[in-house]
Amino acid sequence: MLQKLYDWVDERVDVNPIWRDIADHEVPEHVNPAYHFSAFVYCFGGLTFFVTVIQILSGMFLTMYYVPDIENAWNSVYYLQMEVAHGQIVRGMHHWGASVVIVMLFLHTLRVFFQGAYKKPRELNWVVGVLLFFVMLGLGFTGYLLPWDNKAYFATQVGLEIAAATPVIGDQIRTLLAGDQSIVGAQTLTRFFAIHVFFLPAVLFVLLGAHFILIRRQGISGPL
Amino acid sequence: MRRGKGMKFVGDSRIPANKTRNVPKDYSEYPGRTEAFWPNFLIREWLTGSVFLIGFLILVAAHPSPLEQQADPTNASYIPLPDWYFLFIYQILKYQFAGGDYIVIGALVMPGLAFGALLLAPFLDRAPGRNVSKRPIATSLMLLGTAVTIWLTYESVSAVDYQQRSEQYLVDVEAQETEVEIDTEAAGYAAYESSCMQCHGEQLQGSGNNPSLLATEKSVEEIKDIAVNGIGSMPADMFGGSEEELQQLAEFIKQTAEANGGGGSGGGDSGGGSH
Repeated sequence: MLQKLYDWVDERVDVNPIWRDIADHEVPEHVNPAYHFSAFVYCFGGLTFFVTVIQILSGMFLTMYYVPDIENAWNSVYYLQMEVAHGQIVRGMHHWGASVVIVMLFLHTLRVFFQGAYKKPRELNWVVGVLLFFVMLGLGFTGYLLPWDNKAYFATQVGLEIAAATPVIGDQIRTLLAGDQSIVGAQTLTRFFAIHVFFLPAVLFVLLGAHFILIRRQGISGPL
Repeated sequence: MRRGKGMKFVGDSRIPANKTRNVPKDYSEYPGRTEAFWPNFLIREWLTGSVFLIGFLILVAAHPSPLEQQADPTNASYIPLPDWYFLFIYQILKYQFAGGDYIVIGALVMPGLAFGALLLAPFLDRAPGRNVSKRPIATSLMLLGTAVTIWLTYESVSAVDYQQRSEQYLVDVEAQETEVEIDTEAAGYAAYESSCMQCHGEQLQGSGNNPSLLATEKSVEEIKDIAVNGIGSMPADMFGGSEEELQQLAEFIKQTAEANGGGGSGGGDSGGGSH
């Protein structure tokens, strides 16, 4: 039954090569920790992606309770933390994942850099990777405000002042992010929520897709 | 790259004339023990991921994520602190020629040069050699940048008293979840148990429209009156014992309320529960 269904789709869409491409490639010895334990450094990229998946899933569940509004934001987080079954675990995963993903990203960056793996022909993938790093930092900055506690509020105020120090367009950047020249308030929260949940994840998915497609097309760099 | 070679027109679209088999990438340049991604390598990846996930969940379970008090823009004494991975920028801005009037240098020029160089590393370091020893400038700059970032973060962290911050700023969960101490040996407890507990709860905490008695500001006489005559939606004659038992009941409620922070001092939200 399933085979027939698969064949029906495959006959029309030719899906076979799509997943066979992912399944059928060989993994070289030098990146396999089973043969050389020092090859565990090649795990950092995969673990970064793993934590990113954790962030996406836990974040999706968080939005089922979170209310991006200055009256209710803190209360909804408090409710989630104290009352909702496993809410503390889900929020904990998102909170700690945000730190762990930066650590993993940093280690992955160091691995690629010190192995010189960004050299020709992989320059573009390095650029995509650094852009991913920036997106992650942006997600960290915007996500920090959302619980709407004192820590979030005052750190964001400082962050926006730093952004406003940009010559010429500083005030415009600040207004774009915060919704106002000077106030950190209701508009700031909704804008940070929108950036954190829609804008940056959209950029993240595009860059991640490019990152992985480039890896498949170029292969893993050879041993040193 | 195929540019239409071997393609044939079918209607208005082109399809490959010959079915190309999906040939695994040739790693014969690096002879060794290659293995198939699916399923051999993936099962190991999955194991690695599982072990990582266990460690991660232990971290999550052991350290609940912190939540500070609700944002209060009028709080002038709060000392801001960004998340740890932004601390290095926060620290740069504390130095004389990178902060204050020179904030453009500390906030934009220095991080901009560092991250710009990181972004453009493949175009700055163009020599073909990949080994660390063959590209001393790139290696030393990266080591320097990493060391400076770690040092700045360390400097910033060491200036913060996290213990004191968490005591001062975190939500006082314990105060909100303190176990109420009920003296079940008290003379009035039996009367409470038989007449009041069904609506006001085992710990006087109330339920639904039935208010908590822990925050009551009423006097003993008023409590006696309510127990007999009712109040609001509470019907009369809930209590049906003797005058002595009534006195003991009212004193029990009053004492328990006072012992648990109620009895006139229970301000804020908890005060809203009393009639």
